[in-house]
Amino acid sequence: MLSVTKRSSWTDTLLSIFLFVLIIILYQYFAHQRHLLNPHDKLVPTFAQMLDAFTRSTFEPDRNGVYRLLDDTLASGQRVLISMVFVFGGVLMGAYMGLFPVMDKLFYKFFLFFDKIPALAILPILFIFFGLGEVSKVALIVIGVVPTIILDTYLRAKAFPQEQVIKAITMSASKSQIIFKIILPKIFPMALDSIRLNFKAIVLFLISGEALAATAGLGYRIFVVRRYMAMDIIISYVIWIGLLSYLIDAGICLWIKKQYRWYNK
Amino acid sequence: MTGKYILEVEGASQQYFDQSEKSFQVLNNINLQIREGEFVTIVGPTGCGKSTLLRMILGSERPSAGNVLMDQKPILKPDRNRGVVFQKYSLFDNLTVRQNVRIGLELENFSIFGNLLNTVFPGWKYEEYSTLVDEYLERVGLLQHGDKYPYQLSGGMRQRVAIAQAMIMKPKVLLMDEPFGALDAGTKDQMHAFMLEQWQQTGQTILFVTHDLEEAVYLGTRVIVLSQYYQGANGAKIVKDFNTPWPHPRDQSVKEEELFQDMIKTIRNQGLNSNYLLNQEEFDLSHADAIQLAS
Ligand SMILES: Nc1ncnc2c1ncn2[C@@H]1O[C@H](COP(=O)(O)OP(=O)(O)OP(=O)(O)O)[C@@H](O)[C@H]1O
Ligand SMILES: [Mg+2]
Repeated sequence: MLSVTKRSSWTDTLLSIFLFVLIIILYQYFAHQRHLLNPHDKLVPTFAQMLDAFTRSTFEPDRNGVYRLLDDTLASGQRVLISMVFVFGGVLMGAYMGLFPVMDKLFYKFFLFFDKIPALAILPILFIFFGLGEVSKVALIVIGVVPTIILDTYLRAKAFPQEQVIKAITMSASKSQIIFKIILPKIFPMALDSIRLNFKAIVLFLISGEALAATAGLGYRIFVVRRYMAMDIIISYVIWIGLLSYLIDAGICLWIKKQYRWYNK
Repeated sequence: MTGKYILEVEGASQQYFDQSEKSFQVLNNINLQIREGEFVTIVGPTGCGKSTLLRMILGSERPSAGNVLMDQKPILKPDRNRGVVFQKYSLFDNLTVRQNVRIGLELENFSIFGNLLNTVFPGWKYEEYSTLVDEYLERVGLLQHGDKYPYQLSGGMRQRVAIAQAMIMKPKVLLMDEPFGALDAGTKDQMHAFMLEQWQQTGQTILFVTHDLEEAVYLGTRVIVLSQYYQGANGAKIVKDFNTPWPHPRDQSVKEEELFQDMIKTIRNQGLNSNYLLNQEEFDLSHADAIQLAS
């Protein structure tokens, strides 16, 4: 890779926000024009309306006295957190499959096949078996993402330099030490990276699950207010989801950079 | 040298497969007996199978025919008794220099309790290792680089970390594959002194592959030449196997002696010269433990 001395000037900053600003201006202009024609236009809310919708759902309790945005975010966040437990379990699984031939033989083909089944196609089965509750929604995320994570970690564990494993054995490492002290510490930032890249899929499955059956959640809200064509709420929620995902992504990136200085070198 | 045989290679051959799945012989019927405490240096043309022989003794590879024994028991897998420094440095690149040297001690003295405690109080458990680790870092001249990661080191520095990492474990048998290939003459001399000192202290057995003939004769109590060039060649054989007469510790000045220079010349003109070997009916295996087979 070509490495150039860092040049952080205001032109760079300007360039990177240029498209955002352009879109916002164009949108606002377009919305304004429509509102001049029809003050009750619901399809293209102005930014003032979106901000208003956002503050209403954030700071004002609804009929049942819940702060909607907080409630929805917490509900969705909980689902994502629970599925993260399985995702990290998948990382462990992948490492074991990469090191132990028996595990490899037993599970590799199985997960490879499972990975090919689109999780959404299984959703009806999940609903039938687990009902419309939380289990189905978490299961959808897990089935949709975990096989990919397992296979990814498996391939990385497989590609782990054999010399290093042998060297660890000559220094009396046991099998579990090889996993926990040699392989995992080195492939963990890679696993974080692949979780980061798969986060989009996690959100996708989250929203699909919530859209079909839920009583709270970011995805649920978007699909509920669609009935009233409440574009102001929909768009503000979309931006909120995007912002959250972006922050999580940036957070993981920062963590990797700080915690694993040797990574990507 | 007396003492029991610690390593025995009995009629070991190794075959590999090339791209077209045709097999070719790399090592052909190697017989070798090594006594405890010997310092054996191995030289030979590039590609003759020195690393392959080392891997078979390490146990990461099994011979396609024949046996490799340590203490009369077949070697089936790598284990704690045989340490290794690979030809290409194989440091753990997620660990700093200091952690790389320490990892063997951690692995050997592992306890779940200690590990947990160490997670809560970083550096607590490893305190007891730190003097030893620093001592080894000092010996390989890397004390002031202890907190760097491998990617921040030069090739020669990495190789020295790998040496400290293997030596600190004091394995019974140490297998080294061209460990000093990337070092300048001065650093090399320091490393020689360090290795010879520990070798004499611990009574380890060392197998040391090198391309540097002076190094081979200076370090080794026994020099073995492996070559794939000889009459009716089909895989490398041992074509020379002899003692070096100077007792250890050797002074650097032996390198000036005529006998020393003669040995180097002999290796170069006979052991590494394919024309010479192709005209030989028999190999010069003068070492007392060498196994002479009728061809
Ligand atoms: N895993 C393998 N599969 C196929 N061929 C191999 C394999 N390992 C080594 N070889 C071949 O075996 C021969 C000996 O290789 P080896 O690495 O043992 O040589 P060497 O004596 O250590 O050479 P050098 O001095 O260059 O390190 C070479 O021809 C090499 O191409
Ligand atoms: Mg080699």
